[in-house]
Amino acid sequence: MDPGALLRDGLALVGSFDARLWQTVALSLQVSLAAVLLAMLVGLPLGAALAVGRFRGRHVLIVTLNALMGLPPVVAGLLIYLLLSRAGPLGELGLLFTPGAMVIAQTVLVIPIIAALTRQAVEDAWREYAEQLRSLGVEGVRAAVTVLWDTRFSLLTAVLAGLGRASAEVGAVLIVGGNIDGVTRVMTTAIVLETSKGDLSLALGLGTVLMAIVLALNTAAYLVQAVARRRYG
Amino acid sequence: MILPLRLEEVSWGEGGRTLIDRVSLTLEAGASTILLGANGAGKSLLMRLMHGLIAPDSGTVAWRAGAARNARRSHAMVFQRPVMLRRSALANVVYALAVAGVARREREAQAMAALLEVGLAGLAHRPARVLSGGEQQRLALARAWALHPEVLFLDEPTANLDPAATREIETVIKAFDAAGTKIVMSTHNLGQARRLGDEVVFLHQGRLVECAPIERFFAQPATAEAAAFVKGELPWV
Repeated sequence: MDPGALLRDGLALVGSFDARLWQTVALSLQVSLAAVLLAMLVGLPLGAALAVGRFRGRHVLIVTLNALMGLPPVVAGLLIYLLLSRAGPLGELGLLFTPGAMVIAQTVLVIPIIAALTRQAVEDAWREYAEQLRSLGVEGVRAAVTVLWDTRFSLLTAVLAGLGRASAEVGAVLIVGGNIDGVTRVMTTAIVLETSKGDLSLALGLGTVLMAIVLALNTAAYLVQAVARRRYG
Repeated sequence: MILPLRLEEVSWGEGGRTLIDRVSLTLEAGASTILLGANGAGKSLLMRLMHGLIAPDSGTVAWRAGAARNARRSHAMVFQRPVMLRRSALANVVYALAVAGVARREREAQAMAALLEVGLAGLAHRPARVLSGGEQQRLALARAWALHPEVLFLDEPTANLDPAATREIETVIKAFDAAGTKIVMSTHNLGQARRLGDEVVFLHQGRLVECAPIERFFAQPATAEAAAFVKGELPWV
């Protein structure tokens, strides 16, 4: 079958609001958004602390975070799998092959991205602001809040980058979720399955939705930055 | 009153190099003080030591006895490159007032008055960072001035500005001086030093070499270093 016809079929499937397809899309978004929210709670303060703090092991932590940005999702998935498997240390929670496990795995993948990008943005701003703020008599928490507020648009980009990573990865959710139909099947794992089954039009339809979401996220990030630069300099 | 400011045997170094070398100096109220010296002479560092941004390795920096408690709010500094927060010009001044503990309902009026003083009232609601270099520097002056400091440190405030913007800044500085604020300024512009200054503190390689009334400093420098500096820099007037 030629790719054009496949794509037409796929898009028709998307357009027909096929319940199975949209359930998959919805779960994908739920898992990835939850993971990003959790990763923000850890990543933003961690990044800010690394940017401003001066403590032992800071450089090691920064290099580690930067390296973890490239952590292969399958490796993250494998580690979470070992933790959550029946015999593992967290096996009693019974999370393996549930959306909860997928959220955990994606959180682990996203934290380094948000933390590392936050660190970079806040550190640049801090280098510029530190002396002026001290001259004005601004210290401690107030200084931190001022700098975070002034870098808010860069931080939004960091968060969106994290969301992009979470929604696009397949290795981790496949391993810890198991791609169970109606339970843990998300867009990326469905694409893998449908492709191996030979149902290329459904795979292509899902792929199109996924790309549209990632494209929309990046467009939003770009627009926010552009507007912010024009409005706030 | 926090003046006079006394520095006694103040030294400061970095990486094993002494950059400020046993400087003793007293700044009295009234006269505008100009810090002169070649690049690397220690003008900026000395001002940061006076303003309290860095602490001396040895020696003491002390405001008038009994003034220590609220001295910090009584002196402000304007940097060579103004750092503006990502908010409106007015909000930048309001922020400084909030930090200084000014009551919320009084902040905006006071900030507006400060902007008026530097001729920026019409740009109050513009984002500070999209203002021109000269406007940003005037905003920095307004932000410092809003707190009515007794002493205003200015670190080469017009180094990056064109002649028109420089004139505007000088006008504002003169107005602050006339209102009774002690001006302590470093500059490479000797014409500006003459226009704004009453006395010169001349630094050479981290040491205080000469303190003199401004006209005498230029007409009859007492030290060889100062003579060489005046001779070498004059073409830049």
